[in-house]
Amino acid sequence: MAGKEKDELLHDHNHDRIDEDGIDRRGFLKCMAWAGTGAFCVIRGGVLRSYSFSRLPALDPKEMAGELSFAQISDSHMGFNKAANPDVAGTLKAAVDKINGLTVAPEFLLHTGDISHLSKPEEFDAVQQILKAAKPQDVFYVPGEHDVLNDDGKDFLDRFAKGSKGAGWYSFDKKGVHFIGLVNVMNLKAGGLGSLGHEQLEWLEDDVKLLKHSTPIVVFAHIPLWSVYPEWGWGTEDSAQALSYLKKFGSLTVLNGHIHQTMQKVEGNVTFHTAASTAFPQPAPGKADSPGPMKVPAEQLKSLLGITDVNFVRGQQALGVVDSTLE
Amino acid sequence: MRRSVSVAVLITVVVLGFAVWGARNSGVAAQGKAQNAEVKIDNFSFGPAMVTVPAGSTVTWTNHDDIPHTVVSADDPKAFKSKVLDTDEKFSFTFTKAGSYSYFCSVHPKMTGKVVVQ
Ligand SMILES: [Cu+2]
Repeated sequence: MAGKEKDELLHDHNHDRIDEDGIDRRGFLKCMAWAGTGAFCVIRGGVLRSYSFSRLPALDPKEMAGELSFAQISDSHMGFNKAANPDVAGTLKAAVDKINGLTVAPEFLLHTGDISHLSKPEEFDAVQQILKAAKPQDVFYVPGEHDVLNDDGKDFLDRFAKGSKGAGWYSFDKKGVHFIGLVNVMNLKAGGLGSLGHEQLEWLEDDVKLLKHSTPIVVFAHIPLWSVYPEWGWGTEDSAQALSYLKKFGSLTVLNGHIHQTMQKVEGNVTFHTAASTAFPQPAPGKADSPGPMKVPAEQLKSLLGITDVNFVRGQQALGVVDSTLE
Repeated sequence: MRRSVSVAVLITVVVLGFAVWGARNSGVAAQGKAQNAEVKIDNFSFGPAMVTVPAGSTVTWTNHDDIPHTVVSADDPKAFKSKVLDTDEKFSFTFTKAGSYSYFCSVHPKMTGKVVVQ
């Protein structure tokens, strides 16, 4: 059953099925960009257009530049030193270089968690040091499960989420776009998935209550807020309730990490996207015995790591999510 | 009078004797029966997922993955809780009371296991 659903998703990634003009005639598209490939999806006038990465150079840079541009990095796993990547500091530096080389400079960065591998102070220090070289100096963090291994995540909170609510959730506004950082890696229950919890859900409902429905919303959290592959814990048990508070908004973008590969699903006005890791790749859902680090030949590694660049153009009602590998 | 006192003393001696003998006997029996067990953490799973041991046995978990895991009791209050186990690190717990002990990895809660203590 799960395998069948997965295959359908995979087939949906076949962009050749979309007409030459980039319009998905079925009116519904799930673009799933597997590691090493990428897709650029734009919603314009209610019609979803999809461009494969190979077509990107032909696009007008102005078309991709937006009123607001930011970049997402994820799963830097500082401290990891096994065969899948003995130099996670080096690949994080490569990610910073990539960000600094983007045509449109991002105004800030989102880090969607697993900053560290073992929540050690020296691991957090190393990431903060490396990110100082990024042109955008503002970094907004949410924790991954690897960042809260000790003392209920107190060190994470002190360093990366001062002034946040609860276990580290918060919201902020940039140029009319409302950003919400959520925490779904705390108090996990035996046998369960990621969890937001009652207190955070109540806060979320309250946080968006007074916003106009035309306000574009960007939600970011570590574990996917959609059911990617529950068998491996790649989902959040109470995400449906969170989304029920957000679906009234005309533009909702959900950015996650955790699964160390890019994946995208567009459902009506909601775009779900996961970013690649800057540290090591993980297998596609169900394609290995476990979701553990995937060892690939050294020369292939950077093609499986990456950053995500997001552009929002108000006038054109467009929101673009672009993945770039570290190659 | 005298007779009843000696009977009482005798009964006390007999009861005490039984108590001492019983305690020794059960102590020896528990130690003799204790069977320590090993659980491997491999590929994001506990193997074997269920172990059955006599009371007094020690169970040792070893993480063979490239990713850290934990071993945490699923009961409230928690019967046991490991620190984070990096690659090749171990955690041991001695189960003194009979019962069924469910546990999981608090980092990857899909990973679950059980220790049955008899
Ligand atoms: Cu685990």
